[in-house]
Amino acid sequence: MPETLELAPARATARAAEGSLQVDIGGSWRLQDPSPRWHALLGPEKPASVRLASPEVGSWDTSLVVFVGEALVWSRESGIPCDVSALPDKLVGLARQFEGSMQSTERIAHAQSLVVDVGISTRHALRQARGFLQFVGECWIDSTRFVLGKARFRWGDCLLEMQKCGAMALPIVSLISFLVGVTLAYSGSIVLKRFGGEIWVADLIGVAMTREMGALMAAVVLSGRTGAAFAAEIGSMKANEEIDALSVLGISSVRFLVLPRVLALGLMMPLLAMYANCLGILGGMAVAFGTLDIPPAAYWVEMLTIVDMSDVTVGMIKAVAFGLIVGLSGCLRGLQAERNASGVGRAATSAVVTAILLIIVADAVFAVLFHALGL
Amino acid sequence: MSAEPTPAIEVRGLSCSYEDVPVLENVSFCVRPAEIFFIIGGSGCGKTTLLRNLVGLEKPTQGKVLFKGRSFTDADPAERREMLRTFGMLFQSGALWTSLTLSENIGLPLEEYTDLPGDEIREIAAFKLGQVGLSGFEQHYPSEISGGMQKRAGLARALALDPGIVFFDEPSAGLDPVTARNLDVLITQVRDTFGTTIVVVSHDVDSIFGIADRVIMLDRSKRGVIAEGTPTELARAGANPKAVEFLTRRSVRPV
Repeated sequence: MPETLELAPARATARAAEGSLQVDIGGSWRLQDPSPRWHALLGPEKPASVRLASPEVGSWDTSLVVFVGEALVWSRESGIPCDVSALPDKLVGLARQFEGSMQSTERIAHAQSLVVDVGISTRHALRQARGFLQFVGECWIDSTRFVLGKARFRWGDCLLEMQKCGAMALPIVSLISFLVGVTLAYSGSIVLKRFGGEIWVADLIGVAMTREMGALMAAVVLSGRTGAAFAAEIGSMKANEEIDALSVLGISSVRFLVLPRVLALGLMMPLLAMYANCLGILGGMAVAFGTLDIPPAAYWVEMLTIVDMSDVTVGMIKAVAFGLIVGLSGCLRGLQAERNASGVGRAATSAVVTAILLIIVADAVFAVLFHALGL
Repeated sequence: MSAEPTPAIEVRGLSCSYEDVPVLENVSFCVRPAEIFFIIGGSGCGKTTLLRNLVGLEKPTQGKVLFKGRSFTDADPAERREMLRTFGMLFQSGALWTSLTLSENIGLPLEEYTDLPGDEIREIAAFKLGQVGLSGFEQHYPSEISGGMQKRAGLARALALDPGIVFFDEPSAGLDPVTARNLDVLITQVRDTFGTTIVVVSHDVDSIFGIADRVIMLDRSKRGVIAEGTPTELARAGANPKAVEFLTRRSVRPV
């Protein structure tokens, strides 16, 4: 008989007997198998009393506890007596606990009204803005102190960061800027061929790379490569209380962590952008030679008719600004990170998003500015 | 009462909150010089928050913290930095700077606050590491040593500037009982040798009875101090039932 009970599915049958409801529980109750629910068992009319019995119940687990517990909760709420004396004591004990936990569960409203949500978001935004301004202020104070020679600067850290963000980024910057040159040359030639002016591909690429794409591509690569690394590094230092250890010693985390990194990026970025310019021009040259039959010498000479120092300078100014943006947003997001593993991940992601957003905005501002200045 | 020396730390009516949720309200207590003072209490009662307020990692919403009678809460940056110089703190995780060797970790506070030449700083770092039993590990990185050793190295760093007050955040958390007792011995040695005031946040009952001179107990529902005294006073029948329960590790109230 036990085997048949073990195999039998969970069941609960209700039958009316003289105004009261007799519920017989049987079979094997397991969470992973379907089992009856208390509320489905009740008919439309209310019985005067309920009696639960388990003449043929096999093994059971929490699913049966929930069933009986729901019966108890229902009984309390509807005021209809529920007799569970025929059930095993252990089961009744657990079901009472279930009933108790239903009683004590406070409903915490995670969803709030629109007004409250707007209020909370506004406060959050204000706090973010305040944090940002505080960070910028600290950077300003610490860098002026450094420029005035009042604060020690960790040159060793700065050199190490320069190596990491500069020299070690060369392969990927090379590949990307070369390919950007190639892509620009192909798309430019589509239009220029119509006018028989393939040679102007050289002008197009020269201007586009030096004024825009060199700095922009280097910045995008570095925001993904270095900015995210800064955020993750500083974020995990924060999670590990290392930043707190600095504060307790009265050491400014901006001076100790942010300035060496930001300065390293600000110094390396123009060099990387210059390098990206060269590679992009090389990529354009390769396409011009391969598909448009323009000899490299002609390409070079044509390019020099339009590209001059002002274009290169514009690119370099942008590169410095982009470098500072990447460094600052990486460090800011790292310092704002929550103190846990997922916080570090989110910091890295938001560092990249912030950096790219600000780079594009800054690029647009520079475009307007340089146009107004006639550069 | 007037004969009492100026307390090393005085907390007056301190209230603080964590993300707008009040954690502690109107907490006041004093720590006497060269005392080993424990802040105890169950999880989530605000022990660590109180410690973070004491060392200035968080700003209290109300009240003041005074060190040797000087307000730390209202100090201007220069004064504050000067006061921070006299603190040492051992964090729960040790919080060694992972990119620096142990010697550099201990040397950094010295580099920041003194004009000592590099070789002297290295000698001091080696000496401090020796004091906590880590001779020969100067050139190791924090990731290369065990958790107990990281805590001891953290203690060496906290002691680097010969501080007047050392704060410990759950020193025995995550350590085996023997290592935890050894750390207790170190703490006592530091106090006995240098007359350092020690503030420990802990819920390790063995440590409390082993080394604490005085204890305050915080409670989550009261959001403040519910008992103050020596460990034996607090464990005696008739004291606050929650403190008795905590210190005797027995439930004295009906569940």
